[in-house]
Amino acid sequence: MIFVTVGTQLPFPRLLSAMNDHATGLDEPVVAQTCSDDGKWPALECHGLLQPDAFARCFSQARVVIAHAGIGSVLSARRWNKPLVLMPRRHDLGEHRNDHQLATARRLEGSPGIHIAWEASDLFALLKRDDLVGAMEVIDPQREALLARLRDFIDD
Amino acid sequence: MPKRIIAIASGGGHWQQLMLMRPAFSHHDVHYLTTLPGLPDEFGISAFSIIPDCNRNSKLKVLRATAALAKHVWRLRPHIVISTGALPGVIALVMGRLAGARTIWVDSVANAEEMSLSGKLARRHAHLWLTQWEDVAEATGAEFAGRIL
Repeated sequence: MIFVTVGTQLPFPRLLSAMNDHATGLDEPVVAQTCSDDGKWPALECHGLLQPDAFARCFSQARVVIAHAGIGSVLSARRWNKPLVLMPRRHDLGEHRNDHQLATARRLEGSPGIHIAWEASDLFALLKRDDLVGAMEVIDPQREALLARLRDFIDD
Repeated sequence: MPKRIIAIASGGGHWQQLMLMRPAFSHHDVHYLTTLPGLPDEFGISAFSIIPDCNRNSKLKVLRATAALAKHVWRLRPHIVISTGALPGVIALVMGRLAGARTIWVDSVANAEEMSLSGKLARRHAHLWLTQWEDVAEATGAEFAGRIL
């Protein structure tokens, strides 16, 4: 199963339409959290907003997850060790209030298990691959440093 | 002695970042606040309350969230309030500070090039005002101490 999520804040029809076009040629189901009830994507199993337990179920059962470039998607993929394809929202297309998702995507490109679809065509190429590995929790000194700073401030 | 802490984040990425920060404060007496029912259960948290979400486009929702947060701060008397965002977290910092708490803002790691709008609002109300990116620290005067990503 392929799981598609566009978060809980804003619709993202460019990603959903691309997946809808692509889903008809696939032999696996595509489940989507669409964040809107428009239902213009008949090839997808659409859910406006999934409850947290249902979201966890979809995410953890997926072969691969396709998402907007939100931090929640990235951290979920690492939590459940899923291959993740991010398509960043673009400000010039009215998909977000600024281009912070492009910045997130640029910084995450090359991180294990995380792939960036800058365009819909990248998306289809990535979905054809059968060698995608899962994203993993990273042991990062930057994280330890942040936690240490917080701990110091709180315990002081 | 354990401190009383309110840790607050909206559902989604803000919440997940807060969850990864738990090792910094889980030895204290923490009460979690978030906007999405079911989320704390998903992370095995039992001390929590659900608060109404709000954003700057609806004054009514802001008022509603503020009333709920005032109630929780009054009831819990926190020593520390920590938030990763978004707007409800800013309001919690304001309320907490009024009640004598020390306050922490950790701007979301999503904001690699510019402080979030909520983060800008939080500046005056946070004793510790953190960004997770060096460049943003440079541009705003926020402190950079590391990042969760």
